[in-house]
Amino acid sequence: MAKFTVRNLTFRYDDHLALQDVSLDIPANEITVIFGPAHAGKSTLLRCLNRLNDLIETEAIHLEGQILLDGEDIYAPRVDVTELRRRVGMVFAVPIPLPLSIYENVVYGLRMRGETSSSLLTERVERSLRQAALWDEVRDRLDEPGVLLSGGQQQRLCLARTLALEPDVILLDNPTSGLDPLSTAKVEASLRELKADYTVVFVPHSVQQAARVADTAVFLLNGQLIEAGPGERIFTRPREQRTEDYVTGRFG
Amino acid sequence: MRNREFVIEALIRVAGFSAIFFVVLIFLFLMREGVPAFWETSAGNFFGERWYPNEDLFGTLPLILGSLLVTLGAVVIALPLGLATAVFIRELAPGWLREILKPLVEILAGIPSVVLGFLGMVAVSPLVREWLNVPTGLTAFTGSLMLAYMSLPTIISVADDAIDAVPKAHRDGALALGATHWQTIWRVVLPAARSGVIIAVMLGIGRAIGETMAVMMVTGNAARIPQEWNALFFPARTMTATIAAEMGEVAQGSTHYHVLFAVGILLFAVTFVINAIASLVVIKGGPRRGGRLMG
Ligand SMILES: Nc1ncnc2c1ncn2[C@@H]1O[C@H](COP(=O)(O)OP(=O)(O)OP(=O)(O)O)[C@@H](O)[C@H]1O
Ligand SMILES: [Mg+2]
Repeated sequence: MAKFTVRNLTFRYDDHLALQDVSLDIPANEITVIFGPAHAGKSTLLRCLNRLNDLIETEAIHLEGQILLDGEDIYAPRVDVTELRRRVGMVFAVPIPLPLSIYENVVYGLRMRGETSSSLLTERVERSLRQAALWDEVRDRLDEPGVLLSGGQQQRLCLARTLALEPDVILLDNPTSGLDPLSTAKVEASLRELKADYTVVFVPHSVQQAARVADTAVFLLNGQLIEAGPGERIFTRPREQRTEDYVTGRFG
Repeated sequence: MRNREFVIEALIRVAGFSAIFFVVLIFLFLMREGVPAFWETSAGNFFGERWYPNEDLFGTLPLILGSLLVTLGAVVIALPLGLATAVFIRELAPGWLREILKPLVEILAGIPSVVLGFLGMVAVSPLVREWLNVPTGLTAFTGSLMLAYMSLPTIISVADDAIDAVPKAHRDGALALGATHWQTIWRVVLPAARSGVIIAVMLGIGRAIGETMAVMMVTGNAARIPQEWNALFFPARTMTATIAAEMGEVAQGSTHYHVLFAVGILLFAVTFVINAIASLVVIKGGPRRGGRLMG
């Protein structure tokens, strides 16, 4: 059963067409990889899924089509956007820990939701840090500032603070762009474990990474969806010439 | 070619050094005229409570406290107002309104202070007298209102720049964690813009404490020590207003004359300390957090 269903999504910034008539299903409990060259519209698509584009100059953006989460239109007027963003968490390319301790970074979203029970917070901190494969490295220094961690650890901290909200879906926009291969491997490994409980939508930093983690792969080019399907097929026997050219490195 | 560059460079050097030279000259002049006051009057007299130059009583305490009172009042009024306006312009107003508001704020800054003082006398002070039911509308509070109004453009535009300089990624991070727009402004954007906001306040204070004309016209100029909580709603007299009002009538070289310059030195010292604190904040905050507001 599809977690997200995107129907005929067209998205404009001012008069720049960033997504053009995109339709796809994002299956639950899988890693869906959205890949393609720069400016393909990958980030734009991700930010439509948690309505993070809402705040850019309301009159300048323009969205057509439908996005359903568990069958409900997320752009329907009665939808609570903050609640949606707690259900659909997001991790960005550049980890930006808040100027707070590791512990406070992880519980930040919970505190903003009004959670105060310290036993619940402490339990969530351990659980989400374990899920993000960071617990063993920081368990003894939870009250140190989050910004003192290494880049890779900061990225997993940002993953943990998203997980602490217990979302249904995690969107990751090129989360390993600044990481060394070892940290990248750790993040990829934790994603593979997470998909048992979550739906993961992932923008990779390379075709190789896409091929490594994809259950489902979606190829975007210039705002258009070229091809979508099971990862092993897309990366070995693509149906479209342009997909083949891109995955074999002939352009992009 | 060589020669031309040499001439241009020499001219720039001269211009640069003469600017420094004049600053030093002014400072030396201030010192030469002001420092004698410290041995012509006793310390007890100079920092005393009574300012009656006719009886050789040169207590500057009421003036210092008067300046602080008026300035603090102004900051308490202008800070929340300026910050709220900056947040409104940057975060809440639709694009077209922002395009109108930003230049409007700059125009505000250009109104001559004597015009504001005049407005304060004929329009604001009667209102103050009626609303607060006090004997005269020429009070420290009236001065604070005028100063608040005058420092608003500085506070708004510096705070606005600081807010604008907060990276978009900070906002996105908070929103993606399910923060409301308001929580994002209050807990992420404003703290990240903190050092810029502090500078905005400092510049606002700096402007307010050195301001003369408007204050002199609306505060009633009574050199009394603010003692009770309601001192704000009685006349007061600031350091600047004292210098401006009395300098014209004083005999050059007299003790009174020297004391007025000494008051000028005090004012200079206070402003210097405020500016020093402001730049310390900038250095500590670093270029990234300080934003681009200092150019
Ligand atoms: N806030 C914005 N305002 C205007 N145009 C934008 C904005 N964000 C993105 N765009 C434009 O939309 C198009 C798609 O951008 P998007 O960021 O979605 O691409 P991407 O696939 O994520 O690229 P990259 O791999 O470089 O991250 C680009 O041409 C970009 O210039
Ligand atoms: Mg992108």
